[in-house]
Amino acid sequence: MSIKIENLNYIYGAGTAFEKHALKDIHLEIEDGQFIGMIGHTGSGKSTLIQHLNGLIRATSGRILYNGENIYAEGYDMKKLRSRVGVVFQYPEQQLFEMDVFTDVCFGPKNQGLPREEIEERAREALRQVHLDESYYRKSPFELSGGQKRRAAIAGILAMHPQVLVLDEPTAGLDPKGRDEILNLAAALHREQNITIILVSHSMEDVANYVDRIVVMNEGRILLDDIPGKVFAHDRELEAVGLAVPQVTYVMQALKAKGWDIDSSVTTIAEAKRAILDALHRKS
Amino acid sequence: MLKDITLGQYYPADSVLHKLDPRVKLLGTILFILSLFVFQSVSCYLVATLFLVSVIKLSKVPLRFMTKGLKAIFVLMMITLVFNMVLTPGTPLIRIWKITVTVEGTKIAIRMAVRLIYLVLGSSLMTLTTTPNHLTDGMEKGLGFLKWFHVPVHEIAMIMSIALRFIPILMDETDRIMKAQTSRGADFDSGNLIQKVKSLVPLLVPLFISAFRRANDLAMAMEARGYHGGEGRTKMRPLEYQRRDKAAYLILAAYLTAMFLANYFVKITLPAVW
Amino acid sequence: MKIIDGKKLAYEYKQFNENGEVESTLKAVDGVDLEVEAGDFIAILGHNGSGKSTLAKHLNAILVPTEGTLYVDGKDTKDGSKLWEIRQTAGMVFQNPDNQIIGTLVDEDVGFGPENMGVPREEIWRRVEKSLKAVGMWEYRSHSPNKLSGGQKQRVAIAGVVAMQPKCIVLDEPTAMLDPNGRKEVIRTVRELNRTEKVTVILITHYMEEVIHADRVLVMDAGKIVMQGTPREIFSQVEKLKSYRLDVPQVTLLAYELRKEGLPVPEGILSIEELTEALERCRRQLCQ
Repeated sequence: MSIKIENLNYIYGAGTAFEKHALKDIHLEIEDGQFIGMIGHTGSGKSTLIQHLNGLIRATSGRILYNGENIYAEGYDMKKLRSRVGVVFQYPEQQLFEMDVFTDVCFGPKNQGLPREEIEERAREALRQVHLDESYYRKSPFELSGGQKRRAAIAGILAMHPQVLVLDEPTAGLDPKGRDEILNLAAALHREQNITIILVSHSMEDVANYVDRIVVMNEGRILLDDIPGKVFAHDRELEAVGLAVPQVTYVMQALKAKGWDIDSSVTTIAEAKRAILDALHRKS
Repeated sequence: MLKDITLGQYYPADSVLHKLDPRVKLLGTILFILSLFVFQSVSCYLVATLFLVSVIKLSKVPLRFMTKGLKAIFVLMMITLVFNMVLTPGTPLIRIWKITVTVEGTKIAIRMAVRLIYLVLGSSLMTLTTTPNHLTDGMEKGLGFLKWFHVPVHEIAMIMSIALRFIPILMDETDRIMKAQTSRGADFDSGNLIQKVKSLVPLLVPLFISAFRRANDLAMAMEARGYHGGEGRTKMRPLEYQRRDKAAYLILAAYLTAMFLANYFVKITLPAVW
Repeated sequence: MKIIDGKKLAYEYKQFNENGEVESTLKAVDGVDLEVEAGDFIAILGHNGSGKSTLAKHLNAILVPTEGTLYVDGKDTKDGSKLWEIRQTAGMVFQNPDNQIIGTLVDEDVGFGPENMGVPREEIWRRVEKSLKAVGMWEYRSHSPNKLSGGQKQRVAIAGVVAMQPKCIVLDEPTAMLDPNGRKEVIRTVRELNRTEKVTVILITHYMEEVIHADRVLVMDAGKIVMQGTPREIFSQVEKLKSYRLDVPQVTLLAYELRKEGLPVPEGILSIEELTEALERCRRQLCQ
């Protein structure tokens, strides 16, 4: 059970003045139950790549295997793929359109053709997962706060019971608390439901605390693909393409440069704290 | 698919045509189109062709940008052509089953096609060489006399230029919302007409909401930058006729005279079948 | 000299029911005293819905206070006859770069403000050139704004405000929709304007890294100013900031955590260098 991308290329507007080779020779295998951070700045191809995962964009060449099946094979059920691989777009609250939150969340399962009781059961379950209680069900989506709207929109995808959840910049425009709520929600879904999560972001600090693998995209290619600690060790390379490693990594590297006996591959504040305290204890 | 629409598309280049006063180009386009309908002899078409080809050359816009506009009217043109060829009574040219194509019909059809193609080429040449803002400036000033009849010329021009700026943005947005709803299992393609119209609701509601929000933001931004209507406003690119604009008017007059003369004094006879 | 002088400023949103009666009221800004000296760089922090954007809209007279007074460069914002002077004194940059660019070309957009003010043509062009150069976008003057990156669009919007020669620029979450590179571009541009042109800057944001260089930081919550001080003073109160739905930069948080563990790290660490130097001192102490 996995997503396997083989030799994928995507050329946009071929033959016109706007021709652009947006994705170049992408090879990527995503195992079930992984929590992946996909990093890259605007225009690096990360948003284009994730739209391939549920067949919204068709690759110019190469193929994608979902659970071993080629999604470009004739007769492949794209609609089913889209309910298996749920993609939450940037600013997903902009797609809310129903009169109330509950009906909006029902839209996805309704399109799957499920019976009414199951649709409603799934909507309730999804709203529970994003921590919106019954008092919000009959509210218009436009009465909610920014963070609540976004959670309602994510519930709309969760209600389709995806096995893979792709979140494109889910924290854009939210304040620190709202950001933490969304990231914790993704972590809980991963932990409790064993959903594969792909978190697209341009912030290393945001993803470092959560993911177990980071894929760095640059100019349509995969630049790095490893566990966070090893990815952040390439700080020079990352800076060269306009990405920064978390501040704590810089602190650790600076300490190491000053002759500290310390592991500089830590990525989170908790790890950094432990490493610094250990190093000082060893000294004394 | 939405990106194929070339409405109001501007092709930046450094040519005489780009530099011309928009009023000249507006009037020129209108007169050119009129001339195609008033003068219809073969010799006139030759003059018009010569004029159009030289203006296109002057514009430095690649031909394929021009022909893009033609694609949009291709179907319409084909229908018109077939109807004319088949429905005009006269000498039969070809007969297929019960359908007769007449010589007269073919003649009319060819004229129609030439006129339509020239019309589209002429007007896209104007939009390709004039920025939308320049064009609305031209309208605002060229039609400025309408103010005396209480027509809000400045406001209309401002509305047009803002609409033109937001068309590409709203197109991108449409594309994005469509993809987002497709991800939720929405189907915009299949079903009968009623189902199709219904399936547009998840697209149109968010699109309208976003358009209203943008309008609201924009109004606030304009006010914050001191916009309070056309009164007391200066222009960073005021329209003043240059020498080249006067020359362009002369060339335009020369073209019309040539058309007139060609129509009444030059007779080109085509081979017998015509 | 005080460029902004607000006393007990309050703003109430009223919601009406179908019969036109007031259904509910919401005090978005509640008794704020705000004084800003000319040439200062002020940052206003607050979570979404804390009232910071409502406050910002007062500085440009888009909103007028329902209670209290606000003077911008000595002019009362309630005085309708001074409206355009106030908008020229305090320029405003908004959050969404797409929704504030009016021109179809970069230079046309920058000229929009001066055109509205009735500035003569030669002068408009001088200002357009000067302000586009100040934000580093002069090479893009004949580009369409639609083809620019988010950061570039915001710099164009800033140039559009600079061309009106304001004494003060209010930026309402100018970086919220940008990626890290765009955010850096915008903040660098704003700091540069403050330093070289002596323009007063009021930056509204919820990104902590952006306020480190401010002269003074204000924190808003529920329409009130709840904290006020230098960035160092503000960032030394980690718990209090968290209670207002905010956080602190990673180094500050790491320093704070180490301090809690008993290391002699000073309060309110703002940069990587400060923290590593403080830790170096700890190590040397331990060695002795």
